[in-house]
Amino acid sequence: MRHVFSARIGPRVFRVGSDWRRPVDELRALYRDYPDTAGEIPDFTVRLEGQSWFRRHVRPSVTIEGDYMLPEAVPLSLEHGLLAAEMAMNLQIALGERRYLLLHASSVERDGKVLIMTGESGSGKSTLSALLGERGWRFMGDEFALIDPQTGLAHAFPRPVSLKNQAIAVMQDAAGEARLGPLLKATPKGDIRHFMPRAEAVSAMDQPGAPALILFPRFGHARAIREMGTSEIFVRLTQASTNYVALGDAGFDALTHLVQSTQARAIDYPDTQTAISLVEELWAEFA
Amino acid sequence: MPRFCADAPEHFRLAQLDAFAALFHRRSGTTHIVSEPVPEILAALAGNPLTLDELIDALAKAHDLETGEDVRAVLIERLAELEYAGLVFRT
Repeated sequence: MRHVFSARIGPRVFRVGSDWRRPVDELRALYRDYPDTAGEIPDFTVRLEGQSWFRRHVRPSVTIEGDYMLPEAVPLSLEHGLLAAEMAMNLQIALGERRYLLLHASSVERDGKVLIMTGESGSGKSTLSALLGERGWRFMGDEFALIDPQTGLAHAFPRPVSLKNQAIAVMQDAAGEARLGPLLKATPKGDIRHFMPRAEAVSAMDQPGAPALILFPRFGHARAIREMGTSEIFVRLTQASTNYVALGDAGFDALTHLVQSTQARAIDYPDTQTAISLVEELWAEFA
Repeated sequence: MPRFCADAPEHFRLAQLDAFAALFHRRSGTTHIVSEPVPEILAALAGNPLTLDELIDALAKAHDLETGEDVRAVLIERLAELEYAGLVFRT
């Protein structure tokens, strides 16, 4: 690969090789606060390649290669190369991680205790975690929470947050321009800008925390809190995990322990202010 | 009369969640959400082939279960579901 970027995020080292300089430069800018991993063996490798020599130069489009690939993935334009890299990094850990139980969830920490938020795309879990990270919580990640089956602790995986559409303005208001990446217009996921976590969240990313509360947020509904049965929580978290089945016994132990030892609620909210107040209210009650 | 059997206990993990339990079947790597009397049926059949009548007797002794026609009908249904799920097989 002509251009290479490498970074450690939480416990995992990623290496991204690219036929082009631009996505690598954008990654370096976005990950400037992350530890230098020169010389370390990567856990996951991603390659951003042209479909052919010709297409590296004329209307360049990026295909994603790596240990794990989606055969039907459509190439992205070079302007969206940063998104391609991020998606490919997600795919590698989602399918390749074998030590930690991966939950497709955001997480934040306060006083050593961790709030995990999981839900479908559009639930607002990413934006909520980014906002809480600006309001006294430590941002631990917006995409994956890593649960250690041996300790039950949640480990951070604090990637830059991929903000979509209206969430971009929310974080501009909350934290200004300085930590926002380039605007990627009209991607398959809409307009996207990446939001860099605070440097403190990156420097503290090796500190795990004990899960204290799991929330299942849902945006666009009147304010509501709903109790959930432990079996419903368990089933929804198996659906939210990308590697539960692959982990076998360890996954079963980790997930049953998590749901048996952690309070959980489903919350509905019409706007971010309501969501924040719901989080603080439930945190005060259960954490 | 067919005899029904299940894997030995070491092939299963069971965690009680609420009214339901999570049952992990090691051989298939599959997790099932189950409720009474499934764990009791699997325990009775674990490495121990039984006919339907013998199963009813075993459950009655172990769990103080009544042995009427209702129980028989329920067990026939549950055994069919468990066979379909690959947790019970006929010998």
